Amino acid sequence: MESINAKYVSQKISKTKWRPVSHSDLQLPEIFATGSWDNEDNRISIWSIGSNLSTGMEDGFEGDPQLLCEHKHDGDVLDLQFLDQDRIVTASSTGAVTIFRHHQNSQTISVSQLWARAHRYPCDNAPCTGVVCSSPEIVTVGEDGRIVVFRADQEGVVRVIENADSSTIHAVTYLRTTEILTVNSIGQLKLWDFRQQSNSPSQILSLSGDRVPLHCVDRHPNQQHIVATGGQDGMLCVWDVRQGNTPFSLMEAHTAEMWEVHFHPTNPDHLFTCSEDGSLLHWETSSHSDMPSFLQGGRNSSMVSRSAMAPAGGKQPLISAWLSGDSSKGRLETTHMLPSQTLSVNSLDVLGPCLVCGTDGEAIFVNRQVPV
Amino acid sequence: MEEVDVEPTITNIPAISDGKHMGFAWGPGDILVYETRYKASGASGSGCSFIHEIRKDEDIYSPILRKLFNESHHIFVGLQTIREDLPSKSKKPQFVSISKNYRSVIRACMEELQQVAGNTFENMLLLVSILLAIELIWNLCEVLFIDAAPAGSLLLHLLDWVRLHKADVDEKAREVLQSESPAEHRDYWDVVVSYVLQGRLEEVRQMLVKQANLQPAARSMYKQMDTLLSKMPFYNPGGTQTLTEFDVKWRHWHEEVDRCLQDNSFASNRHLELICKILLGDEDTLLDHKELLGTWYHFLVTRLLFCHPTVKLTELHYYAQSCMTMFLDSRSVPEPLDNILLAAFEFDIHQYCFHCEHVPIPSNGNKPFCPLNVCVMGSVVCLCVYLCFRFLQDYCAKGTFSDLDLIDNLGPAMLLSDRLTFLGKYREFHKLYGEKRFREAAKLLLSLMTAKIAPQSFWMTLLTDALPLLEQKEVIFTADQTYELMFCLEELTSSLNITASSTDRPMQEEDVEVTKVELLRLALARNLAQAIVKEGTVEI
Repeated sequence: MESINAKYVSQKISKTKWRPVSHSDLQLPEIFATGSWDNEDNRISIWSIGSNLSTGMEDGFEGDPQLLCEHKHDGDVLDLQFLDQDRIVTASSTGAVTIFRHHQNSQTISVSQLWARAHRYPCDNAPCTGVVCSSPEIVTVGEDGRIVVFRADQEGVVRVIENADSSTIHAVTYLRTTEILTVNSIGQLKLWDFRQQSNSPSQILSLSGDRVPLHCVDRHPNQQHIVATGGQDGMLCVWDVRQGNTPFSLMEAHTAEMWEVHFHPTNPDHLFTCSEDGSLLHWETSSHSDMPSFLQGGRNSSMVSRSAMAPAGGKQPLISAWLSGDSSKGRLETTHMLPSQTLSVNSLDVLGPCLVCGTDGEAIFVNRQVPV
Repeated sequence: MEEVDVEPTITNIPAISDGKHMGFAWGPGDILVYETRYKASGASGSGCSFIHEIRKDEDIYSPILRKLFNESHHIFVGLQTIREDLPSKSKKPQFVSISKNYRSVIRACMEELQQVAGNTFENMLLLVSILLAIELIWNLCEVLFIDAAPAGSLLLHLLDWVRLHKADVDEKAREVLQSESPAEHRDYWDVVVSYVLQGRLEEVRQMLVKQANLQPAARSMYKQMDTLLSKMPFYNPGGTQTLTEFDVKWRHWHEEVDRCLQDNSFASNRHLELICKILLGDEDTLLDHKELLGTWYHFLVTRLLFCHPTVKLTELHYYAQSCMTMFLDSRSVPEPLDNILLAAFEFDIHQYCFHCEHVPIPSNGNKPFCPLNVCVMGSVVCLCVYLCFRFLQDYCAKGTFSDLDLIDNLGPAMLLSDRLTFLGKYREFHKLYGEKRFREAAKLLLSLMTAKIAPQSFWMTLLTDALPLLEQKEVIFTADQTYELMFCLEELTSSLNITASSTDRPMQEEDVEVTKVELLRLALARNLAQAIVKEGTVEI
C-alpha cells in the first residue's frame, strides 16, 4: 500500500482508463486517460506515468502521473474507452458520443468524430451513460433506454434498439463479439444478441425482491458466462448467465453505491470494486480449483450467499460444494487499496500490475505494484 | 466560532440606470438581474428588455487553490481516523507528521502560485502573502502545540522556524560570495551579522575566514573569535548530555565571551566587537539591528538563543510580549499577524482564533480570501479539542494527566469549548485537593456536575474522586451539597439502567460497578448524617 501515490488534479475524475498495451505482455501500461465531471468546463486528459522501471526499484516520485495533453469536453464524461492506441470514445451527459484522437507526436488531442444527439428524448437530450467498443464497432447506451451501434468512420448510426429499456441503462459490456449485456436502474441484466433482428433481449436476469439500480457490470475474461455487477446498495453480485435468472452469489462489498467493478484481465481470480463510500477493494480468491470461490457459493465471513440452484450439468464441482454444505474450498480475501478514506472513488482500471483510480476529492491514485 | 464580519462587496451594474430597482434570480453559478419598472416615487418608468448575467471572474488561481483545499481536506479526514486504541504518546509523532504534511501542501501551493505570472500580479502577491502567513503560523503552532517540545529542544525548533521563514539571508550571501572579493562587498558584514542572529555559526566562521585572510595583522583576533564561535554549545536532544549539564556548559561559554568583551579583546575591530555583544545577547545591540532581524519574533528567538537557550514552553509568553513591545516602535501598531503569533506564544488559543478570524481581509473588489483562513484556523481549533479529548481519555485509563504544563496554561482558551473548560476545571480540582483546600475542591467538584460542565460519561470518575472527601474525619460537604451529590448519583445510575444490562457485559464488571455505587451511597449517607448533626448543633 506504500506504493500508491495521490496526485491532485483540480478536477473531479469521473472515468479513468489505461491505454491498452500493444504486443507483448511484458510491457507495462504507461499511459492512461481521465474524464472529469461536475465542472463548468470538463475535459479529457491523457497522463503518463513515465518510463517503466523494474518492480524492484523504489517508486517514490517516479510514479507521479504527468499530464501529456488535454481537451475540452462538452458535458460530464460519463464513460470513456480506448478504441485503439490513438483514439478514445467518450459518452457525455449532453447525449453526445465523441471520438477523440491523441496525436502522439505533437501531444495534442483533437475531435475526430462527433455524434451530437446519440441519445435523446423527443424534445431534449438524454445523457449517454455507457460506451463499449470493439474497433470499429461502438455500442452506446443512455438514459433514454436506447442502445445505439455506431461504426467509427461512418457518420450515421448502424443500428438502434429503440425502447430497449423503460428505465435508464447504466452500463454495457460485451459478452461475446455479437452479444452485449446491459444493466439498468431497476436491477435487471439484459442480454442482447445482435445476430437477431428483433429488438428484445434474449435473456433477462434480475434479483428477486428489491429492484436496486445496478451501476456497473463486467465479464470474466476467460469464462464468459460469469458476470459481476454492482449497484446502489453496494452489493457485489456474481451471476452465471447460462443458469437461471438470479445471481449466484451476493456479497456485501461497500456501504454506498458501487460505481465500478472489474475483473483483472489476465488474473481473473482478482476482482476490483470502487464505491461512493471512498474505498477501493481488491478481492482475491485463493482456491485451488479454477472456479473462483465466489462461484462455489460457500460460506465465508465476507459473503452473504443467498442462492441455491438446481444443478444444470454434473461436471462442475461448484454446485456440489454448495449443496454438500462443507465450507468453501477456497478463501476470499478483501483488501483496501487506498491508504485512507477519500471522497467517492468514481472509477478504476487495472492492467497488469498497475491500477489507477479517480476520486471526487479531485485526486488520481496510481499503484504500480498491485499484488496479482 | 464567532461569525466573521466582512463587508459585502458591491458590484455596480453599469447597464442598469441609477435609481432603478432590480429584480434577480439565482442560477447554478451566477445570478440573473434585470431592471424593473418600479420607481420609488412617481409613475412607473419604462422597462428594459435586457437580462444581465453576473458571475464570478474566471479565477485563474482556482485550479491551484482547489488542490490546496482537496489535499487539506484529505489530511484532516485522515486525522479523524487515527487509531483510537493507541496511547497518546505514540500518536504525537503521527500528529507531527500530519502537521508537516499539511505544511508541505501549503508550501507546494505557494510555489505553484509564484510560478503563475500574469496581469493580476497584485492578486497573486496578496494570495501568496496570505499563504505565507498561514504557513508561518501553522509552523509555529506545530512547534508549540503539537510537538510541544521540552526545554532545550524547544529553542532548536524555534530556531528552525525562524530560519525557514527568513530565506533572504541566503540570497544575499550568494550574491556576496559570488562577487570578486566577498570580504570587501558592501553587504558582507550584514550577511555575517544575519548569520550570527540566526545562530548559524558555521557559516559565520566560514565568512570570517575570508576577512581574516585580508587582514593578516589581525589574525590572532580573528582566531580568538573563531574559537569562541566554535565552542558555543548547542543542545543535542538525542545525546547523552542532560539539560542541566548543557546549561552549565553554556554558562561557562557565556562567561568566557563576556570576559573577552571586558578585556577589550575585540576593541580595535568594531565588527567583531559587535558580534561579541550579540553573542552575549545584549538587547540594545540586537535592537540596533532591527532591519536585519526584520520581525519581533526573530528578535525573540535570537534573544532566547543568546540569553536563555533552555527556555520552557511555559516561559515563552513572558518573553514574547516584552520582545514585541521592545521591537515595535511606540508609533507602530501591531499588525494582525503579530497579534496572532503573540496569542500563539501565550497559548491564548481563544485570542489566537479571534484574531485569525478578524484579520481585515484586503479585498480588491471581488476576491475575498476569507474562507481559506477560516477553514485553516478552524482546523487548529478542532485539533486542540481533539487533543483535549485524548487527554481526558488518557486520564481515565492511567489516573494521571500527561502534559500537565500544557493544560495548566490553557488560560482563556478554556472558554473555547466545553471540553477544554472541563479539562481546565478538573485540573484545578486536583490542584486544590493537592493543596488540601478541601472545601473549595469539594465545591468545584460538585459544580462540575451540577453545571453540566462535565460530560456524563465522566461522572462516575468524579463521584469516585469525591469519596476521599466524604471519608474525611471532618465534614467537608454540607448537607445541601450532599443532597446534590446523591441526586447526581441517582441520575447517573438511572441513565445507566436505561441502557440495560446487556448480556455481553461480563459479570465481574457489573459487580465492580454495583459495588462502587453501594460504597458511594454509604459514604453519602454517612456524610449527610454528620453534616446534619453538625449544622444543627448550636453552640451554647
